[in-house]
Amino acid sequence: MKKMKKLLAVVLAGTMAVSMGACGSTGSASSAAGGSASSGAAGASAGGKGYKVRMVTDTGGVNDQSFNQSSWEGLKNLKKDTGADVNYVESKQESDYATNLDKAADENANLIWGIGFAMAKSIGSAAKENPDINYAIVDNSYDKATMPSNVTGVMFRAQEPSFIVGYIAGKTTKTGKVGFVGGIRSNIIDQFEYGYKAGVAYAAKEMNKKITVDAQYAESFSDSSKGKAIANSMFSSGCDIVFHAAGGVGVGVIAAAKDAGKYAIGVDRDQAYLAPKNVLTSALKLVYSAVEDVSKKAMKGEKIGGKTFTYGLKENAVGIPTEHKLMGDATYQAAMKVENDIKSGKIVPPATKAEFDKFGK
Amino acid sequence: MEKTAKILKKPITSTIIAIVCGFAVAAIVLAAAGYNPSAAFGALFSGIFSKPKYISNVIIKATPITLTALSVAFAYKVGLFNIGAEGQYIIGAVAANLVGYLCNFPPIIQIPLVVLSGVAAGALWGGIIGFLKAKFGIHEVLTSIMFNWIAFYISNWVVSSARFHEPNSTAAYPVNPSSYTMLLPNWKTSDAGLAVLKGHKALREVLLKTDVNFGFVIAIAAAVFVWMLLYRSTKGYELRAVGLNRDAAEFAGISVNKNIIITMLIAGALSGLAASMVITGTDPHRISTLSAFENNGFNGLSVAFIAGSSPIGCIFAGLLFGGLLYGGQSIQANIGAPSEIINIMIGTIVFFVALTAVIPKLAVRLEKRGMHNAAK
Repeated sequence: MKKMKKLLAVVLAGTMAVSMGACGSTGSASSAAGGSASSGAAGASAGGKGYKVRMVTDTGGVNDQSFNQSSWEGLKNLKKDTGADVNYVESKQESDYATNLDKAADENANLIWGIGFAMAKSIGSAAKENPDINYAIVDNSYDKATMPSNVTGVMFRAQEPSFIVGYIAGKTTKTGKVGFVGGIRSNIIDQFEYGYKAGVAYAAKEMNKKITVDAQYAESFSDSSKGKAIANSMFSSGCDIVFHAAGGVGVGVIAAAKDAGKYAIGVDRDQAYLAPKNVLTSALKLVYSAVEDVSKKAMKGEKIGGKTFTYGLKENAVGIPTEHKLMGDATYQAAMKVENDIKSGKIVPPATKAEFDKFGK
Repeated sequence: MEKTAKILKKPITSTIIAIVCGFAVAAIVLAAAGYNPSAAFGALFSGIFSKPKYISNVIIKATPITLTALSVAFAYKVGLFNIGAEGQYIIGAVAANLVGYLCNFPPIIQIPLVVLSGVAAGALWGGIIGFLKAKFGIHEVLTSIMFNWIAFYISNWVVSSARFHEPNSTAAYPVNPSSYTMLLPNWKTSDAGLAVLKGHKALREVLLKTDVNFGFVIAIAAAVFVWMLLYRSTKGYELRAVGLNRDAAEFAGISVNKNIIITMLIAGALSGLAASMVITGTDPHRISTLSAFENNGFNGLSVAFIAGSSPIGCIFAGLLFGGLLYGGQSIQANIGAPSEIINIMIGTIVFFVALTAVIPKLAVRLEKRGMHNAAK
């Protein structure tokens, strides 16, 4: 009996070893294939013009699922299209901004990107120190009078896609109550909040209904559990759709929608992959296309310094995804009509509280 | 043989072996990921040494972790594991930032006031942990982990409060310029200063492009103070006795509880000092919303460990760590390898430091064998 047990153990161990070996070999084969494919791509893009673009992330890091990542995607596209020399430096703390920007300047970069309004001050002083280098910053516009001549601001009319998703939310809500979760209050997040509120109001007016918007702030761009808690309380108080403009906090908002069987609206990128049955739509803000566009302009030798570029629907840098099975065709077509009205200037979505107050009248 | 044994017995030898092993493992990881290790290390070293301003940045980076390492090392000598350096640092930063923003005296009053408020807040935070341990026997590791999180959320609460939040930012208002502890903060950007610096390229780079400050001088002074306290004072003898054998110390008439509280007060003060020097000495001179710990305290743990809890060793280990943290970004920037490689390297070094505790034992073995052979 004892011998049998031993034999069994040996056999079992043997099969395990074989099966593990098999898994291992398939794994390595696929990774080898992946490796060669990527090296092939790198080979194809070699032979660039030697134009150096560097990007300094904010403390979110390069894999933040948000604008740092999107900007880096834009630079990778730039490399593919033009063969420019691109790279990034990650900031771990706010005190890294100045030293990282300095390091990028030491590498003789032609264009240096700073991502996010938190870097505005550091970019401003770096630009003064290195007047020969072009600097560009995402989500910040400087005061015209004090703006250094070698800094470019890149802004988005985020109120436009927010208006459209607000309109869709207004059309879709059954309870007559929708929610908004913001990260930390700032001019940038105001664009989302008031654009959205105006969109909801526009839909309400069209349908002659009363729809209320519950807006709350998480005081964070990363605390997803707080996002979940806020969204849960909104859903239980009668909201059936919640839009977020809160970075990582939004992951919690979408998770709460999934648990409650209600709808969430994503932001920045198409977030439907997080919960395909619960993400109604997303307010796209395609940072990568703007980063790519401005970089190309700079490469061509266009004078971009001292200006602020604003990207919106007209530039195809914001919008909503075409996938619309959750809202249905009729709502989507109506939303497309709103989009065209914004493009043509018939509707001007508000970006601030003051503009929103005027918009209602 | 005897000579080798003697060299191996020195603690510095094990540390150097550990560092070499750390580099070796990092080289293997780099090679496995398809990067050239020698190019990576070349980038690392040129990122540390190739320009005076880089060296200056390394020293600036080393300042807070040297001080938090002293905090950890000091507590460790008294038999306490101060994993709460992170929280003491955060609360120190909050206090220094608030006092520096709310008060605006001439520098001669303002600087000590701001620095001491950070020190006091850190000391309080450490002292509570010491008190809980001494009075109720609650293990300091548990309380300090909890206090790290309490400090973390207090900091975020302060940053987001209407009173202190700077609009359109993710941070609090910075401290008033009268609190700055950089070298010649006003002179270097004035017209006269710029004119003088024009002729000195290296000096200009270091002064203008980095936040050269008095932090590291303070850190060295703190290290000497801790060393003197531990090894050249009666109090230090008591503290070390508590660390070596609590019961024996008690039996000898040393008040263990009192010494635990004093130790945690000083340890907390050192971490708070680290925060004060960062807030007053480096841009952006303010606290911002934390999405994760910044690791100023946790890195101090690693530094203290590499230094073998020796106060003077913390200075050198802090510089090494600062160099790896700052130079590591060049690996990413120059050859595209992820900067996580540096984290792997640091982790490996700490791991091998722990492992190489066997080396002195090995040395004893070698010695014995040598004697054995000689007897033959």
